[in-house]
Parts: sequence; C-alpha cells; structure tokens
Amino acid sequence: MVFPVFWMISSAFKPTDQINSFTPTWFSRHPTVSHFTTAVHTPYFWTDVKNTLIIVSVTVTVSIALAFLAAVALAKYRFTGRKLFIVLVIGIQMLPGAGLIIPLYVTLASYHLVNTLTGVIVTYMTIVLPFSVWTLRGFILGIPKELEEAAMVDGSTRLGAFVRILLPLVAPGLVATSVFAFIQAWNEYLYARIILASQGKQTITVWLSYFLGTSRSTDWGALMAGSTLTAIPAVVFFLIVQRRIAFGLTAGAVRG
Amino acid sequence: MAERVVIAAETTWSRRRRRLTWGRVARGSVPYWLILPVLGAIGAILGYPLYRLFRLAFQHYGLEELIRHSGQPVGLHNFGHVLHDQIFWHTLVRTVIFTVANVGLTMGIGTLIALLLVRVSTVVRVLLTAGLVLVWSMPVVVAVQVWGWMTNYQNGVVNYILTELHFGDYFQHNWYGSTFSQLAIVTTLIVWGALPFVAITVFAALAQVPADLVEAAQIDGAPPWRVFLDVTVPIIRPVLLILTSLSIVWDFGVFVQPYLLIGQTHITPGNYLMGIYLFEKGYFDNDYGQGAAISILMLLIVATLSIFYVRKMVRIGDVD
Repeated sequence: MVFPVFWMISSAFKPTDQINSFTPTWFSRHPTVSHFTTAVHTPYFWTDVKNTLIIVSVTVTVSIALAFLAAVALAKYRFTGRKLFIVLVIGIQMLPGAGLIIPLYVTLASYHLVNTLTGVIVTYMTIVLPFSVWTLRGFILGIPKELEEAAMVDGSTRLGAFVRILLPLVAPGLVATSVFAFIQAWNEYLYARIILASQGKQTITVWLSYFLGTSRSTDWGALMAGSTLTAIPAVVFFLIVQRRIAFGLTAGAVRG
Repeated sequence: MAERVVIAAETTWSRRRRRLTWGRVARGSVPYWLILPVLGAIGAILGYPLYRLFRLAFQHYGLEELIRHSGQPVGLHNFGHVLHDQIFWHTLVRTVIFTVANVGLTMGIGTLIALLLVRVSTVVRVLLTAGLVLVWSMPVVVAVQVWGWMTNYQNGVVNYILTELHFGDYFQHNWYGSTFSQLAIVTTLIVWGALPFVAITVFAALAQVPADLVEAAQIDGAPPWRVFLDVTVPIIRPVLLILTSLSIVWDFGVFVQPYLLIGQTHITPGNYLMGIYLFEKGYFDNDYGQGAAISILMLLIVATLSIFYVRKMVRIGDVD
C-alpha cells in the first residue's frame, strides 16, 4: 500500500542515472537534492505556490466564518425548513465537479472572473462551504448542553453563554475544520485547471500536472521532487487532523 | 365601569400577548439570520449557475455566444443530439461498468483490510493504520504523477517487478496501449486512493459488533464465514451501504485520475468516461449548450444514485 509513496520519495532523491536505469535502485547510496533544486526553479513554481496560498486562505477564512453561523443554527435551533437546509448541505457535496464546470465557467465569464483568483475562490466555496457547515455542526453538537445551561442559570444571557462557554470549547473544531478545508482547496485540480488559463496564474496542482509533458525524455526525478513538495503541506496537515475529521462523512451511521 | 376594567384588562393583556409574540418572532428568526449568509452564498455561486445551466441546455451557445453573453434558443435540440449520439451511450455503459468494478474492488478489499486490522496485534494494527492514513493523505494529482512514473513504458518499476516475479515478460510493456488496460490502470489508482477511507471506516464499525454475539455463534459451531455473513454483516450493514453509495457517486463522476493519467493525447471517444466526455464536449469543443445538456443528464443520474446517502444523512442530522 505505501510503496507508491516510498517510491515517490526514493525517486526524488535519486541521481538521474539511477532513475533512468532499467534496473531500479530501491535506496540510493548517493542521495541528491538536485531534483528539488530543478523543481523549485521550474518556471512559475513560486508564483503558483503564492497563488495557491492566496486562494486557499481567502476561501477557508470566508467559508469557515459563514459556515460557523449556519452550523450554530443547525445544532442549536429547530426551525421550519431545517430539513430542507440539511438536504441542500448534504446534496451539494454529492454533485460531481465535472457536471458543474460548464455552468460555473459560463457564469464566471459573464462577470469577467475567468482567469482571476477571485473566480477560483468563489468556485472553491461551493466545495468548502457545505462540508464545513456539516462538520462544524458535529463539533458544536459534541459540546454538552448542560455547560451552556449552567452558565445561563448563573445569569448569563444566551449570547453571553455562547461566547464565554461554547466558543472556547468549539475552537479546536474550528481549527480542525479549517485545516481540512485547507487540504481540500490545496488539492483541488479541476476548477483551477479550467478557470486559470494563463501561466503564472495557476495553482500548485495545475503546475504539477503540466510537469509531465508529452515528451519521451521526462525528467522523472524532478517530477517526483515536485510531487513530494506538493504533497508535503497536505500530508502534514492531514496527519494532524485526520482523527478529528475522518469520521465526519459517516458519523452516526452505526447508530442509525 | 366594570366594562371598562374588562376592556382595559383585555387591552393590556392583548398588548402583552402581542409583545410576547413579537419577542417570539424575533427569537424564532435567529436561525434564519444565521443560515442566511450561507444560503446567499450558495444561491449566488451555485444556484444561479445551475439556473444558467438549465437555460444553456436549451440554447445554442458557443464561443461567439460566450463573448456576446447571449445564446440562441434551440428547444430540445441539444438533448436530442446527445441522446442520438452513439458516443454518449457507449460512454454511459463504459462508465457504469467502470463504476461497478471500482466500487466492487474498493468495498471488497477495504472490508478485507478492516477484518485484518481486527485480527492482528496492536503494534501491527498501528503500523497498518499509519500506512493507510499516509496513503489517504496523498493529493490525487500527486498520486497520478507517481502512477505515471511507476507505469511508464520505458523503465517503470511495475514492469520490472512483474517481470522479476515471473508474471511474464513485461519489459517495456505499454500499459496505455488499449482502452481496457488504460482503464485498468486508472482503476488501480482510484481503488488505492479510496481504500484507506473504506478500510478505516469499516474497521470502526467492526469495533461496534458485540463480541459475545460472535462468541455465541462460534460456540454453536458456525464456521467463520457464516459468523461473518450472519452476525457481523447485519450489524455493520448501514456503514457498508453508506460507503457503497458514496463510492458509486464518486467513481461515476471521476475526472482527474483518468484525465491526467491517460493523458490528453491518449484520450479518444473510445475511452471516454462521463466526466471526461463532458469536459471534452463542453469545454474543449466550446459547445456549451450541448455540454449543458450532458451536464444535466449526468447530474440527474448522480442525484438518483445519491438519494440513499442523502436520505440517510438527513435522518441523522434531523435526529440530533
């Protein structure tokens, strides 16, 4: 199972003659970082990293702020139309990205947002918002109602109890959801590929996808170094939050 | 006199009641204010485009129309064209077979790994789980590049290993030579990426199976596979069903893996999957009207497929 990951890292550090050899070298005795240097100096690497970071941070900040409010509504209130809202939040997550590219592209084009980072940010919110609402709702539900009620008995208003009791307790959940949203946006490829057409205005995944090219003399070492660099932020963050988020998709399924 | 008192009392009472009602209305409106930003955002970034999609599907809309921002109405022409297109039906059938194979392999192998995780010692389990989580964390685009490198025809490590293990002569074997082989390689990539989620979730479900039930069945002399089928499976069935329906929806709409791994140069109508067909028709051929018609058909199919999952999750969300 982990062989492809091992092979990626191992190849990234291998001298080119060992990469091109017909007999693979499992562990190179002369590891080199030259492939990383090549990858980093490939045109637009740093610009695309910067673009990705801008897109991801704006997407995550805005989405989490909006999603948190809706999550509070779902977790703390019963209201007419609540079920419909849940259907919307869950249903949107099921829509295939490929099925949405044409309407999104045409709409963005009419607002002159094609080939802009704003266009991508707006599009990414379709992915991140529903997911964040659902996950944050779970975190808020995880906080015992009694804590809030106790504060209200002690004379706090509902808002006061919310700010002083609920908010600090839900903070780890907010961080975890933000990190997971970061990973989703960092890894996204399809929308970025379609909306950002010009070089130097792309994201890291698009940068990586153009690395392979069609020529026969692909620089596999540099490609694997680039892949490793692209994977590192996503992998590190995923390992941190995996435990908290992983079961969100099926949470409660065993009970139900 | 008495009348007046009654009237006065009634007025204060009704005034108080009105105030109460207003208070209640104000409090009742809180959740709506809370969901308003998300609803507004979804409406603007998804609702409006979907409305455009339905209009597009009944228009002729190419590059010219994109620049002019208006299409020519053509009625059902786009749908008629798509439904009479052999490529559409071939792609649909190919995607269904592809989905069945991918979901079957993912669920089968994933459940086996979960059963293995239950059986092994703690140390091995921790190591296996760590490996699964590492695989899970890999970005799809990165995994595609690694696959491309491992299966490249000149000196891919897969060819080397298969030859060394005496599976035959795979020296410079081209994995991208036929549609079947191309889609088989894409399948290995997708199943590999999906296994951790399935295995770890099923493992979590298996932990909920009461040990005494299994023991009782064993004492009654039931063979292991009977214990699994008659005791374990019914208990973890909700999880298996949810995972299966999620996998069906994901695999049916898959795009990035086949698109990047088979590579643009090798993509022909002969190896289209639905996601790619849509992309090529709408985006590459700049025929947005027809693309929209295909999008609607695809969204309808996926919506039908995901009804089970959505209903299940809504029921969970409605309870708490």
